[in-house]
Amino acid sequence: MYYSGFNLLKQALGGNRGWTRAWRNPEPKKQYDVIIIGGGGHGLATAYYLASMHGITNVAVLEKGYIGGGNTGRNTTIVRSNYLLNPNSQFYEHSMKLWEGLSQELNYNVMFSQRGVLNLIHNDAQRDGFARRGNAMRLNGVDAVMHDLEGVKKLMPHLDFSKNTRFPVQGGLAQPRGGTARHDAVAWGYARAADRLGVDIIQKCEVTGIKRDGDRVLGVETSRGFISAGQVGVAVAGNSSRVFGMVGMKLPIESHVLQAFVTEGIKPLVDTVCTFGAGHFYISQSDKGGLVFGGDIDGWNTYAQRGNLPTFNHVVAGGVTMMPCLARLRVLRQWGGVMDMSMDGSPIIGKTPIDNLYMNGGWCYGGFKATPASGWVFAHTIANDKPHRLNAEFTLERFREGRMIDENGAGALPKAH
Amino acid sequence: MLRIECPWCGVRNEDEFSYGGDATVERPADDASQDDWYDYVYTRANPAGRHREYWHHINGCRAWLTVERDTMTHEIFSTEPTSASLPQPQRKTGSL
Amino acid sequence: MSQQYRTGSGGQIDRKKPIRFTFDGKSYSGYAGDTLASALLANGVHLLGRSFKYHRPRGIQTAGSEEPNAIVELREGARKEPNTRATCIELFDGLVANSQNRWPSLAFDVMAVNNLFSPLLSAGFYYKTFMWPVSFWTNVYEHVIRRAAGLGTASTAADPDFYEQCHEHCDVLIVGAGPTGLAAALAAAETGARVVLVDENPLAGGSLNSENHEVAGMPGDDWAAQVAAQLQSMENVHLLLRTTLFGYYDHNVVAAIEKVSDHLPVPPKGHPRQRMWTFYPRRVVIAAGATERPLVFGNNDKPGIMLASAARAYVNRYGVKPGRRAIVATNNNDAYRTALDLHRAGVTIAAVVDSRAHPEAPLAAELAKHSIRLITGRTIGAAEGRQHVTRALIVSTQGETIDPERIDCDLIACSGGWNPNVHLHSQSGAKPVYDDAILSFVPGQSRQAEVSAGAAGGSFALRECLKQGRAAGIDAARQAGFKADKASPVIKAHDDGAYAIEALWISPTPYNKPYKQFVDQQNDVKASDVALASQEGYDSVELLKRYTTQGMATDQGKTSNVNALAILACQRGEPVPQVGITTFRPPYVPVAMGVFAGHTVGAEFMPVRRTAIHDWNAKQGAVFIEAGLWLRARYYPQKPGDTMNDCYLREAEATRNNVALVDVSTLGKIDLQGPDAAEFLNRLYINNWLKLPIGKARYGIMLREDGMVFDDGTTSRLGENHYFMTTTTANAAPVLAHMERYHQVEWPELDVVLCSVTEQWTGIAVAGPNSRILLEKVIDIDISNEAFPFMAVGDCQMNNIPGRLFRISFSGELAYELNVPADYGEQAWTELLEAGKELGVAVYGTEALGTMRIEKGHVAGSELDGRTTAQDLGLEGMANREKHFIGKQNSLLPALLDEGRLQVVGLKSLEPGRNLRIGAHLVDPNVQIGSVSPSQGHVTTTTYSPQLGYGIALGLLRDGRSRYGEQIEAVFPLDDEKLRVEICHPVFIDPEGELVRG
Repeated sequence: MYYSGFNLLKQALGGNRGWTRAWRNPEPKKQYDVIIIGGGGHGLATAYYLASMHGITNVAVLEKGYIGGGNTGRNTTIVRSNYLLNPNSQFYEHSMKLWEGLSQELNYNVMFSQRGVLNLIHNDAQRDGFARRGNAMRLNGVDAVMHDLEGVKKLMPHLDFSKNTRFPVQGGLAQPRGGTARHDAVAWGYARAADRLGVDIIQKCEVTGIKRDGDRVLGVETSRGFISAGQVGVAVAGNSSRVFGMVGMKLPIESHVLQAFVTEGIKPLVDTVCTFGAGHFYISQSDKGGLVFGGDIDGWNTYAQRGNLPTFNHVVAGGVTMMPCLARLRVLRQWGGVMDMSMDGSPIIGKTPIDNLYMNGGWCYGGFKATPASGWVFAHTIANDKPHRLNAEFTLERFREGRMIDENGAGALPKAH
Repeated sequence: MLRIECPWCGVRNEDEFSYGGDATVERPADDASQDDWYDYVYTRANPAGRHREYWHHINGCRAWLTVERDTMTHEIFSTEPTSASLPQPQRKTGSL
Repeated sequence: MSQQYRTGSGGQIDRKKPIRFTFDGKSYSGYAGDTLASALLANGVHLLGRSFKYHRPRGIQTAGSEEPNAIVELREGARKEPNTRATCIELFDGLVANSQNRWPSLAFDVMAVNNLFSPLLSAGFYYKTFMWPVSFWTNVYEHVIRRAAGLGTASTAADPDFYEQCHEHCDVLIVGAGPTGLAAALAAAETGARVVLVDENPLAGGSLNSENHEVAGMPGDDWAAQVAAQLQSMENVHLLLRTTLFGYYDHNVVAAIEKVSDHLPVPPKGHPRQRMWTFYPRRVVIAAGATERPLVFGNNDKPGIMLASAARAYVNRYGVKPGRRAIVATNNNDAYRTALDLHRAGVTIAAVVDSRAHPEAPLAAELAKHSIRLITGRTIGAAEGRQHVTRALIVSTQGETIDPERIDCDLIACSGGWNPNVHLHSQSGAKPVYDDAILSFVPGQSRQAEVSAGAAGGSFALRECLKQGRAAGIDAARQAGFKADKASPVIKAHDDGAYAIEALWISPTPYNKPYKQFVDQQNDVKASDVALASQEGYDSVELLKRYTTQGMATDQGKTSNVNALAILACQRGEPVPQVGITTFRPPYVPVAMGVFAGHTVGAEFMPVRRTAIHDWNAKQGAVFIEAGLWLRARYYPQKPGDTMNDCYLREAEATRNNVALVDVSTLGKIDLQGPDAAEFLNRLYINNWLKLPIGKARYGIMLREDGMVFDDGTTSRLGENHYFMTTTTANAAPVLAHMERYHQVEWPELDVVLCSVTEQWTGIAVAGPNSRILLEKVIDIDISNEAFPFMAVGDCQMNNIPGRLFRISFSGELAYELNVPADYGEQAWTELLEAGKELGVAVYGTEALGTMRIEKGHVAGSELDGRTTAQDLGLEGMANREKHFIGKQNSLLPALLDEGRLQVVGLKSLEPGRNLRIGAHLVDPNVQIGSVSPSQGHVTTTTYSPQLGYGIALGLLRDGRSRYGEQIEAVFPLDDEKLRVEICHPVFIDPEGELVRG
């Protein structure tokens, strides 16, 4: 059913009884050309692009819980492409371009809001680093603006601009085309669009094993029986090690929890996405009015999707320092998402040593904004059995070869990315 | 809040410690293969469940500890000094 | 204004203490002990706010922290708090509150027009429209939606109050000071266990304050006050009122918020507004009670419709009649008490409507005794009234179609049953399970050291609560290691009857009309939205929650979640447990961000580090720069109007031509001792350390295991087994942790001891051709070039200060570095200046230091960015491949030795008067910007060289070392700037290093 203002009106007049399911609830078939493990944004986007760009429609997306229930629904919804290193810059900028037409392409309003992303500058070293990054962005065709103090005041008028705070604000690097999107809607929109093209989205279907014959995958064992597959793509960031453990592979990945928080809803207060460069704190305001914020990962291996106190306190302290009027606003919820922290802070999208098994993971903090491009290049990689130019460098082999894509220069230390 | 029992200092909050990662990886010999070095530096079992890992009592006595912890429930099963060459702890247990 | 709805007597308010307050600009009075909600009800004010989406008039639904509707903006100015629950606001003199989310006024809100368009605004409608034209979402639609959403308005001023954080260890922590919690606390405390008892109310007693129960032969509230006083007098008990336990975290750590000053106009001087408590209990008893859920019927959101228990609380605890003519509607036994209590207070009970066909006989008899009409097998199908309920339409629950009876009323007190407060249990990692007997979730198997007792465990009868509380208290103390042999007996109480309930999740609507039946009242989620979500495939609990926003408002769905689940289960035709329950997340109640931040905000956020010379520098008017957490003197203005350029050029010149001092105390310093110290260094650094003589320093590079350069610095051999390492300022802590790891984890066999001595030593570099002349005046050792050559190290006395002298140079000039104990730092500094006065000694800051290091081509933090190898930095010659060192294997990976990597180069400005800029990229001027960046590298650090008379820089450039002499463009697209530069060797002056050796 087409979504439009006209149909909304028509259905409303009919008591909203005419709306059909956004996606079917099919029984799994015995065989698919492609099985995507993981019904998050990335897996669903992959299925959608396999069908829409490559004409591969005998595709199943297998999800152990409900779609979008992992990190797609647990992040702080920020979309940006303000990266320093070329592979990241080009990949995320491709994603940004896909975001810019996504609601219309999917016929599902993902509420992509280009309200801008502002990184605050507090000292000269940051200014130098941001200058390098901003210039790199511009050279990659990405928008970037360096603001002085007055420019920052216009974008974020309620920050602490006094001189007697610990880290006075000096300016900021902005990406005006950055912003936020409604995270759940991204999963739902891709699911609905993929379903329309014939993709089977199968929820409550947990993959328990991967059946192999030598270097080829034959199919997957699931809680709903064996399903054979021509190709299998794994898009389960957070749990990549567990799934690849099924084929005996160890990955350059640790699972860590990143917490996120939301305050009670208030009238508009924060009109852009703002990051506090002195601590680690980022904030935006949802369309519903809640201030959504986050900070660093907790910094130790975990698969528990829950937050803890020490990081929470530190993150909030940074926030209140940046914007003292936040102190009286109340935190409504605290939650955590489990992330694949890769050894260089960049994702892994591509082939694996097993012929028809493909990997999409290692997203660290970057997963949500990558969703469209991730699905796009992963679909390309599966359809052509070779990576696209945009993910050619995000190989699993790069660590072995010494071709790390280390945006922070932190080395093989996942908690530092 | 993880509560880690340092064998020297007693039970302390996690913010006194810094995480040191998987304690099952073994540093290869100098002449080991490039594959061994790749495994040591980059790959991790990353299990969901029991995990032997290092913690550094960085805001305390600065000992490196080997902790066995469940990565699902966060329950800690054991905490031991990593190095046998440090002066051994006098106290067996303790809490604050 | 008279408080026309006040009862004649009774309640826990102080009628001798009237309190004035204003709501929406109108002045009212209440009494001490009132909440804002009870005081407004006493004045007959029921309309408190407008709902989120449809802007429907809303009143007071509850008497506690579960309130979805009665949320207001409390206080004004910088202390304004939006979305504050009127049911939890303790009244204080001069209190100011305003309604929110309405315009122009609460009574007349133009956005109420949304109510008419509600079929268009069904669950998830925004996902289906607002897509065209493409640019309109960000620029038009979203603006409108954002302004319409969002409830209250925040203050934009800094919070004037402060917050505290406290920690407490105890044996038994009890959550909730109701009958269960008090019994538990008493029993546990009698064992001698250290007990903490917290309750979110200003009074202990919980439900006893709102009921007419008798405990231990006295009114329940008196008993509670007596027990609270007794507990407070015990040394092993800490009773915290106004304290809500909001989070249950790993390892049995729980957190609470204490509202220290919220019941006062402003916090008393020196007192925080609120305090965060982190508790470390051995055992936790959750006696957090239960929350009543409303009935779901048409227009069930109108002001004048509240929970049956809330009506009891208002009449019993606050002495307020929430209406004059009430209907009590229920599907369970509990609400009968509401009818009796309201009746006793003089409220006319129009009817008790019980959805059950055959309620228990004693209940009916009790009503009959008071001539209260009982209607069974019926429920309320819909309410009528504009801004207040005026009438209820009664429908059958037995499947018959009847002509609805209309009963006039101004109060509907309804009960859909009780939900045990399983939130903390769920947060602790456990899974609540569905109990068919009470039609709700009860605690499942414990995962941490917690147990739920009383109503929180699903047992609602008073006697059972007291019994379970006592048992839980004793049991918890026992498990914490205490003996419970002299516990006092079970407390006696009157029998308040057994709880019984029959399911009624949603009322039939009169004439099958599409009334709005609200489930989540704050987020305006209706039963039809739940149905629509299910119809569209959002039919798991989590998808339902996300699609409809059910349970995501500021009340966190406390009164609505179970109803929503049950309605979804009805839709799916499955039993409730099949549908499941969402996980509860902390915090249990919304908690101010200030509480989590505590003291470490503003100037206290990440405390600053200062060197021993900082005060002297500050007195001289030095301009500081941050280096990590340190403040370092950047340059020293000498006269008004001195710019940074004026200063650093003067300071560098003084150093190059004469002598000057710089404070280098922030460098990391690590003391290494032991017979294997040299071997340890040999493995850490890429270069050789086994043959360094005593009294000599050496420059070293260390790598990470991935082959990238980690840090650099000099290490000196002070004695046979004694070494002294310096690190960069930024890496001081990481380098020590790295060394400790390798020492303890990888090479415990090495006999060496490490200790950070960064703060124990002040470092002063004395640099310039006249540095020896200056030092000879004050140093007791022979520092002639022969006796103390380049890289020599020795103990010394400077005047009477013990110190160490190092002949090392960062500036490229003849230079020394003097270390003295930090306590003597400023003294040594000033004595050196005094001694150098006749030479004209100067001081210099980090800016001049930077200039001179660039002229010398020394790499520093901006080149050691974690992505560069020793080869990239031109330092690969230092590596000894014969020995083992950290990072050796990976540094040999072909990709790290590839041509095409970025290498350090020098850069010269070819445009007179123009300097390079840090962060500029190096591009071939002939390449256009396309989809792939033309960047071949970037400028890492720049300066104007006073020695050379033009702008110079260091940069990292692809294949840089083979390109000396080429010209390239340094572009800065952010400012649309370009500069022609020449690539050159990174050492600009004295390439042979003759000066430092002279």
